Amino acid sequence: MNTITTKIMTKVIFSGLLLILITTGCERSVDGLEEADLSNNPNVFVDGFSGGLEYAVFQGAVLNAFQVDTDVTSDGTGSSMRFAVPDVNDPRGSYAGGTFFTTTPRDLSEYNALTFYAKATESVPLGVVGFGNDLDQNKFTAEVTDFRANTNWKKYVIPIPDASKLTSEKGMFFYSFGPIDGKGYTVWIDEVKFEFLGTIGQPRFEMLNGEDQTTNTFTGVTTSLSGLNSIYNLADGTDQSVSSAAAYFEFTSSNTSTAEVDALGNVLVGAQGSAVITASVGGIEADGSLTVESRGTFVSAPNPTRDAANVISVFSDAYDNVDVDYYNGFFNGDGQTTQGGTGTGGADLIVDGNGVINYTQLNFVGIGMFDSVPSIDATEMTHFHVDIKVNEAVQSGDFIRLLLLNSVGDGETSGSFTINSSILLQDSWLGLDIPLSSFNGLNDRSEIGLIFFVSDNTVSNIFVDNIYFYKN
Amino acid sequence: MRTMRSQLKFKALIAVVLPLTFILNCSSSNEGTDWQLIWSDEFNGATGATLDQSKWNFEIGRGQNGWGNNELQYYTDRTENASLDGDGNLVITAREENFEGANYTSARITTQDKLEITYGRIEARIKTPFGQGLWPAFWLLGTSNSGEIWPQIGEIDVMELRGQQPTKIASTVHGPGYSAGNGISGDYNLTNSRFDTEFHVFAAEWFIDKIDFYVDGFLHHTVTKEQIENAGNEWVYNDPFFLILNVAVGGNYVGSPNQSTRFPQSMTIDYVRIYSE
Repeated sequence: MNTITTKIMTKVIFSGLLLILITTGCERSVDGLEEADLSNNPNVFVDGFSGGLEYAVFQGAVLNAFQVDTDVTSDGTGSSMRFAVPDVNDPRGSYAGGTFFTTTPRDLSEYNALTFYAKATESVPLGVVGFGNDLDQNKFTAEVTDFRANTNWKKYVIPIPDASKLTSEKGMFFYSFGPIDGKGYTVWIDEVKFEFLGTIGQPRFEMLNGEDQTTNTFTGVTTSLSGLNSIYNLADGTDQSVSSAAAYFEFTSSNTSTAEVDALGNVLVGAQGSAVITASVGGIEADGSLTVESRGTFVSAPNPTRDAANVISVFSDAYDNVDVDYYNGFFNGDGQTTQGGTGTGGADLIVDGNGVINYTQLNFVGIGMFDSVPSIDATEMTHFHVDIKVNEAVQSGDFIRLLLLNSVGDGETSGSFTINSSILLQDSWLGLDIPLSSFNGLNDRSEIGLIFFVSDNTVSNIFVDNIYFYKN
Repeated sequence: MRTMRSQLKFKALIAVVLPLTFILNCSSSNEGTDWQLIWSDEFNGATGATLDQSKWNFEIGRGQNGWGNNELQYYTDRTENASLDGDGNLVITAREENFEGANYTSARITTQDKLEITYGRIEARIKTPFGQGLWPAFWLLGTSNSGEIWPQIGEIDVMELRGQQPTKIASTVHGPGYSAGNGISGDYNLTNSRFDTEFHVFAAEWFIDKIDFYVDGFLHHTVTKEQIENAGNEWVYNDPFFLILNVAVGGNYVGSPNQSTRFPQSMTIDYVRIYSE
């Protein structure tokens, strides 16, 4: 039996040689790869590290989650990459993540996909995998979320959004895998390389995930275009969407006096008027657009002048704000319709550096400080301040009720103060300084965990700024 | 031990034969045949022009039961669904639109009563549409001149493709006792290309006793009279047939389009050429 096994092996090797010879005969010369010039080397990790490949662990990830594995490989030769994803609460790190990069850039422009084989100890979504993370500008990142892996080796394809841009790239492969339902698992990845696949086609691109959106905004507002995707049809007829960095896209504004857009998809709103921002990749128009309706100069709320020592700020650029859970709790199960409060630091609008919340479809909305952050002890404070501007006609019967909740969910008490229609102002800032004693029912204010704005649909669109407690 | 040995031999044989076969297939296997061009449409003409109606007919409507396959499209003779592109191609375009009660429109053209052939080389250079529910085809049907009906008249499918499988085509013959799902079919897969992103040449070489199917000069499927008769069925390919080009939407073969399907979708035909011996 031993003899026969050996014979079989010999023949397998022999036929393998044959194939290689045939391939060499029919296809383009691979001489370039044999020379010292590795600048277009397609191999990232085939049976081991390719020439010049380095590895760095992402911040907060388990340091040694990645190991080279010589026992488990996709083709029975060389080695594979093994990633041990930690359980939740692992003191060594909360996830497995890192990037494989080269110190000398490579020219990847003749390829159209990064491919690899992967399997896992169980059926899991493969967090994030991609390329273009060079530990520097990460200019050309392209990544796929939640590839499905299971216990069998399977080949995965990440189409390159626009390979002509990758003439000098260092970011070869990166990954980020977290626990699933609190549990860790192991992923093996092998045969990571760039390829030109004739079976990839029909490119399509998206900005704003392919949606046509409109923003009513003001001079000086900056916003960045998101939802940038490249979608290619694969050999099996399925579409593969790749989340793609802005640098793959060319952005255009139809009216640069109203909106300018830079190479990274940052939109700066100018003079009053209308402009449409569109994008393209390699001459192919992307689906989705942003119509910018600039209403002209935005009048900010007056800058607060109170001494920071006497202020506990929830939302203001004049002070350091306390940590909050959210600026919109989206209590949709309770019938909430309110949108907004979801931008960076809660600001939906940043005008000349000053953030403003824009609640729309307002019926009620809560700012939370009780779940993962400390509640506010306002015992020493005397007043509650907020600036509100109503972006619609104020009608009789309109109101906004402010509601403060103390000790949320644990002996909860609350107090409210109602601003009625005779006080609310259309298109002008209303600065309110409300004595905390006026919040009827708020007997204890040592653990304020929720601030509600309630309109019961009477007022639907408001700007909010400078939410803070202060001591007079 | 004996079994083992013979297995080894068999393996060795395959290893040797495979490369040889490859080389043989590089040249035409019907080498003795001297094909003479007898008919062609190169689709040269102005952008947006309709077909040469001395050569082609439009079939209009939804047919019976969606042309027998529960297809979803309404075929029209409008230039929106079939026209020349000005670059020497005919473009048949399937559109998502409400039209005469259907949700899609497309075109189906035939040479019935204008070109009817028996035997020969039938060839077209085509780029297909793609996407779930698209069903482009280049095929022939027997004429019903003697009053017979399908499948007795015979059907020769040179190329049909499921839009959701952009790297695979099928070539099939249908006749009495071997029709629909029981047609005698051969698939051809591209390993590093697609049918919807590049042109490919599809051909059938039809003889008195066999039909050879080619993709890009590669013989991938042969159906012989002997094979059909050995199965107890009838070879129905000695009578005149006419050509059909169409793009169906939905139907039993492909299933319906879904959200991933992008419309409009086009089949681009560079030429159709007919040769005889």
